[in-house]
Amino acid sequence: MAAPTTQSVPLKGKKGIYTKREDGRKFTDVRPMTAKVGIVPSADGSASFSTGKTKAIAVVRGPRTLHPQHMQNARTGILRVSYGMMPFSVEDRIRPGPNRRAEEIGKVTEWALSSVVDLSGFPNTVVDVFVQIPQADAGTRVAGINAAALALAHAGIPMKEMVSAIGVGKIDKTLVVDLDKFEDSEFHDAEGSTDIPIVLTSRKKEIALLQLDGKISVEEFKAVIELGKVACDDILKVQMDALKNAGDCKNG
Amino acid sequence: MGKFIMPNLQKEKIESYLGEGKRLDGRKAEEFREISVETGVSKNSSSAVRVKYGKTEVLAGVHLALATPYPDSPDSGTFMTSAELHPMASQQFDIGRPGINSIELARVIDRGIRESGFIDMKALCIKKGEKVYQVFVDIFAINDDGNLMDVAGLAALIALGRARMPIYNEEEDKIDGYDEKKGIPLNKEVLSFSMTFHKIGDAIVADVSKEEEAVSKFRLTIAMGDNEGKPRITAMQKGLAGTISDKDMETILKLAESKWSDMFPKIREDVFG
Repeated sequence: MAAPTTQSVPLKGKKGIYTKREDGRKFTDVRPMTAKVGIVPSADGSASFSTGKTKAIAVVRGPRTLHPQHMQNARTGILRVSYGMMPFSVEDRIRPGPNRRAEEIGKVTEWALSSVVDLSGFPNTVVDVFVQIPQADAGTRVAGINAAALALAHAGIPMKEMVSAIGVGKIDKTLVVDLDKFEDSEFHDAEGSTDIPIVLTSRKKEIALLQLDGKISVEEFKAVIELGKVACDDILKVQMDALKNAGDCKNG
Repeated sequence: MGKFIMPNLQKEKIESYLGEGKRLDGRKAEEFREISVETGVSKNSSSAVRVKYGKTEVLAGVHLALATPYPDSPDSGTFMTSAELHPMASQQFDIGRPGINSIELARVIDRGIRESGFIDMKALCIKKGEKVYQVFVDIFAINDDGNLMDVAGLAALIALGRARMPIYNEEEDKIDGYDEKKGIPLNKEVLSFSMTFHKIGDAIVADVSKEEEAVSKFRLTIAMGDNEGKPRITAMQKGLAGTISDKDMETILKLAESKWSDMFPKIREDVFG
């Protein structure tokens, strides 16, 4: 799938020392993105989503009866998300199993997806979403959410809206869309790097996830949200194409 | 973890009150509870403090220990934050392995301190590649009446602000107590503190009580520091499954800026003494 470009929001950022991206992208460009559904045949829904070198897969199982029984909600089904990076996904091996970072990302992903799924028709059940990262180059939580939203739609889980996710940031003084690993965590000069994962709903364009670490003015932050909206529109197209191709054998 | 039990009647009452700009405890929607600070809670640590917002009470302590630096930063000290949401603080908390609430709390506070560069990690190196100081911030909830995130965050900052340097005994390679007169190396100018806003009914509410927290649609934590007299965002974390509209975001940013201007001078004083 072709790389969408996001050029309609003019950059108002001041001139800083970060004037060029290593991979040749414009500051508002996302990386080349691909998406595919139906990658795990035994699951109720599944999808992969990649942006540049970052790859995410997501699997949905359920609705199924929730055990232990005391966790059940008689009014609605619940969504349960786990997120993990595979041991071989980064240069330094990650110890298998849950860790604090993975548990937090699982929870914020769960909140973001819960904002759009409607499980009121499936009381006492759970819908499990498993997100895994086979290869990481920053932006794994947003790639995981893009995959998970696709997997939920592929599983036929009722959703009020779709969600799309993007990492926006500020490198020194420059606003940047879809940060790679260098931009996200290896740029320390001048004002350094601010990373802002955002999840937006497809219709109301409301924020379903927002995190931020760094230094950014209120005005710049507002511009970041606008950049996020433009990028999420492009990602939504990639997601919708993948869903339309769900029945296509060559694609599935 | 047990659920906080909240009758529907109480939920409607909280929401309808807020619709008229009122809260059950008499505060305005954007009003914080009174903040109180006590230092010197444990003489055996580098520092230990107690912070209360109304009835929400948190202790935070700092320890420094000798450690080996990470290979990718051989000349930097290391830093770790833990948070214990102890069953003494709330019906909701259980003994045992940290749950998601305490993990999120510790990680948000850890990131805020780490990413802002508040602790001068390079100045905590004893011998490059071999020996550095490891800084521990340990948070312990005593009573949860809502907004643990802000209370614990401020407690961690004050504990660090008041922390004393260890006395290193080179011969025996151990720490011999703490130097009463010498603080740990901090970049004081990057100090930022967090404010958490909740959406309840149609209102945006600051510094929520436990009951208000239980009926919240979403929360947004914003940390702000000083940039030549103006507030600058240094960290954010959204929680819960509700979504933030453009209008809500506008309201929250405005509130955060004005609250920051009101509160920052006093908080700076509390942190550095």
